Amino acid sequence: MITDFGRILIFLLIGAVFTGGGLAASWVLRPRRPYPGKLSTYECGEEPIGGSWVKFNIRFYVVALIFLVFDVEVVFLFPWALVFKEFGMFAFIEMVVFLAILIVGYAYVWVKGDLDWDKPVPRVSRYVKGVGVVSDETADVNEHAAA
Amino acid sequence: MGLLDKQFDNSNIVITSLDSLLNWARLSSLYQLQFGLACCAIEMMAASASNFDMMRFGVIPRATPRQVDVMIVSGTVTLKMASRIKKLFDQMAEPRYVISMGSCSNCGGPYWEHGYHVLKGVDRVIPVDVYVPGCPPRPEALIEGLMKLQEKVRNESLAKKKIA
Repeated sequence: MITDFGRILIFLLIGAVFTGGGLAASWVLRPRRPYPGKLSTYECGEEPIGGSWVKFNIRFYVVALIFLVFDVEVVFLFPWALVFKEFGMFAFIEMVVFLAILIVGYAYVWVKGDLDWDKPVPRVSRYVKGVGVVSDETADVNEHAAA
Repeated sequence: MGLLDKQFDNSNIVITSLDSLLNWARLSSLYQLQFGLACCAIEMMAASASNFDMMRFGVIPRATPRQVDVMIVSGTVTLKMASRIKKLFDQMAEPRYVISMGSCSNCGGPYWEHGYHVLKGVDRVIPVDVYVPGCPPRPEALIEGLMKLQEKVRNESLAKKKIA
């Protein structure tokens, strides 16, 4: 009398009891002797520096977004592969249309240059004899001053 | 809670049975902190590899001190490393054991007199359970040290020790 989803419910319940029971039993039994040295963050024996909420470069954002899109696409491909034989040609064309839409988006991103990793051009300053340290911005000013 | 932190005044059948179960479980799965310091580490790796196969004793290298029971200090403890070893030992969960492997970590070894940068024995920063002599000790020696440690774990008890 158990439906398919009923089995999933039983599975979830057993899983919850198993993990919850394990955690509860270890909480009751385990030796508990905390002190600051033990509770410190494990960083291969080093003192951790700074917080874990560091800033990431904004350039990762576009890459992460594109990755997410294609990740979800692959998730959709798995159930499609399961029923592929049943639906035959229809499923194939449907998936080709789906992939084509995403590939158009990918081409768009590519053409717009979002996949390029913009490197900042370092402004090198150099030492010119008689003038001093010059960088690209100040070169003209210094030349005028020297003249 | 922490029931295993409790000490009992008198030993009875329940406590001794629990003791033997706990000790059996602990001595059969002495996970090892995965790090090597010097040439002894090569022998330790040999002891872990297929010829000597420490895994048959339940010694599995783990990469975090939170999951391990035994720290094998395998080699020269420089002063720079000593503070790290102390920190790693602090981060291990009880029950925790230390095997000091080789002359360097036992007492400074060849660096005893002129080693300006070497800690003269790792027992100056952390408590050591078993000392394995040798320079470096062969894998058999390390395994013997491990079995000594297993003996020690086998004789632990939740009951208070009777002082004669």
